[in-house]
Amino acid sequence: MSIELRNIVKRVGSITHIKDTSLILEAGHFNVLLGATGAGKTSLIKLMAGLDKPASGQIFMGGEDVTGLSTQKRNISLVHQFFVNYSHMSVFENIASPLRVAGMAKPEIKTRVEETAELLQLQDFLKRRPSELSGGQQQRTALARAIAKESKAVFLDEPLANLDYKLREELRDQLPELFADRGAVVVYATSEPEEALLLGGYTALMDDGHITQFGPTAQIYHNPHDLVSASVFSNPPINVAQIEKKGDLAQMNEHVSWKLTGAAAGLRDGNYTFAIRPNHVAPFKTSDKSVAITGSVQITELSGSQSSAHFLAGNESWVSLASGVHNFQIGQDHQFFMDPDNCFYFSPDGKIAA
Amino acid sequence: MRKRSLIPIIYILFLMLPIYWLVAMSFKTTGEILSGFSLFPQTWTFDNYRVIFTDPTWYWGYINSIAYVSLNTVISVSVALPAAFAFSRYKFLGDKQLFFWLLTNRMAPAAVFALPFFQLYSAVGLFDTYLAVALAHALFNVPLAVWILEGFMSGVPKELDETAYVDGYSFPRFFIKIFLPTIAPGVGVTAFFCFMFSWVELLLAKTLTAVAAKPIAATMTKTASSAGYELGLLAAAGTLTIIPGAIVIYFVRNYIAKGFALGRV
Repeated sequence: MSIELRNIVKRVGSITHIKDTSLILEAGHFNVLLGATGAGKTSLIKLMAGLDKPASGQIFMGGEDVTGLSTQKRNISLVHQFFVNYSHMSVFENIASPLRVAGMAKPEIKTRVEETAELLQLQDFLKRRPSELSGGQQQRTALARAIAKESKAVFLDEPLANLDYKLREELRDQLPELFADRGAVVVYATSEPEEALLLGGYTALMDDGHITQFGPTAQIYHNPHDLVSASVFSNPPINVAQIEKKGDLAQMNEHVSWKLTGAAAGLRDGNYTFAIRPNHVAPFKTSDKSVAITGSVQITELSGSQSSAHFLAGNESWVSLASGVHNFQIGQDHQFFMDPDNCFYFSPDGKIAA
Repeated sequence: MRKRSLIPIIYILFLMLPIYWLVAMSFKTTGEILSGFSLFPQTWTFDNYRVIFTDPTWYWGYINSIAYVSLNTVISVSVALPAAFAFSRYKFLGDKQLFFWLLTNRMAPAAVFALPFFQLYSAVGLFDTYLAVALAHALFNVPLAVWILEGFMSGVPKELDETAYVDGYSFPRFFIKIFLPTIAPGVGVTAFFCFMFSWVELLLAKTLTAVAAKPIAATMTKTASSAGYELGLLAAAGTLTIIPGAIVIYFVRNYIAKGFALGRV
């Protein structure tokens, strides 16, 4: 199975929600749609699910043009961000409902529902109503309904966003297992870069209604095509600064400069945008090549084993994210270090240079 | 007993007093009612009720009322369901204006419409039928039903529709199997209000009927003006008039609270 989008455009009134998008999603691995809220993830899923019609372009499923086909006929599953179940039906009936509509025989429905329920640890709740379940169980019921139906494509639209973090971790670990070997195209929308990395597979980065980059998750994390892709795939936001390259020297400002190596050294002299992920900026030296940046600390956050600090260096706002507990004085100047090997250089038009 | 419960008790007594008085009167003879003040019936009589249940002019009044009220409730709810669904799910040109315009139909007094309805129904041969009253009451009840149902339907996320379509439900099947059960409380509340408004409305019901579909309230007013005062009989009729409303409200009592919470009732 595969889903192919060919030059899809979606407009609502005069606003373009999806800008000329082409994409091929394959079965066998997770396809993550990663982007901020409002980037168009849900719009794209609705188009693929047939709940919306594109203004132009074509959608193919398994090589067949389904652009004009109704949702009911596409044989797909969809799980929403918040828990949508049929409140007047028991959990059993909820899971069975797509099978009943499809006209499956009763004994077969029973075995299928019980199998799926066991997979999602719902076997003890089959007689209950969804309103009598916890949030996690309700979402598992929705997932069970999506899994029980043997569909060609499964769309998961931020299915874990409304769960508390423990349940989220538990279900996230389970998800790839649940959908493995089903032959269905699994599309998972999320706004969290960590989630994309944890789920693996392929990731499509979305920003402002179009896909900025698509490829194997780890690969596009390490090799962003452009500044936008690098920003989408970074949380906290990626640090960005302007530099001037002269010979083999990169000059950020009068205090900070470093020697360029590798591909960056071969760039033409001139102005570049430089970006480095917060986890490569630390309040301690990480290698001999570490470059020191001094900035006044504005905000600090301690999250378990990691400390993050937002600091101002010159006019630029920076974020550092380092393991361990570090104490910062708010408003005081602190020294931070970054390793130039871990940064990206973008030409003024935003494309990757090195 | 706590002091703070005193005020609600007094209030409830105050509300119950006229109903008690009506019920007490229905067990008195007309002579006793007219003779002076008595808290309880001095001589209990069931004659008033016996008259109502044996005299066709009385009990047909009830049958007529229940017939056109039920017919009106069915018409109003079944017409309002698709309308409310459209208002809650789709944006179309002038949708907000249309919604408001529907409500303005409730703003004119019934008397305004009595004459045109009378003339129109007489002309098309609907006069003195259940359908005449039921349709006339739909003028008030359909906007009300749309208004209440729209509130309940908007409380159901659109994602439910999408989930059902994804699961393979066609629109009619989704509407009947999934959507209606989900908003069942709303349908109950709406039916209750349609029933109530139609049940208590007198002017149109009286104007549009003569004999065959004469409502109980019309029968009551006629009796008051004919052979002297039959106060005991009237009280018994009044008591029986309260009962259908009380039965209906019993069934939807929990849902009405929900309707109030949605701010639509």
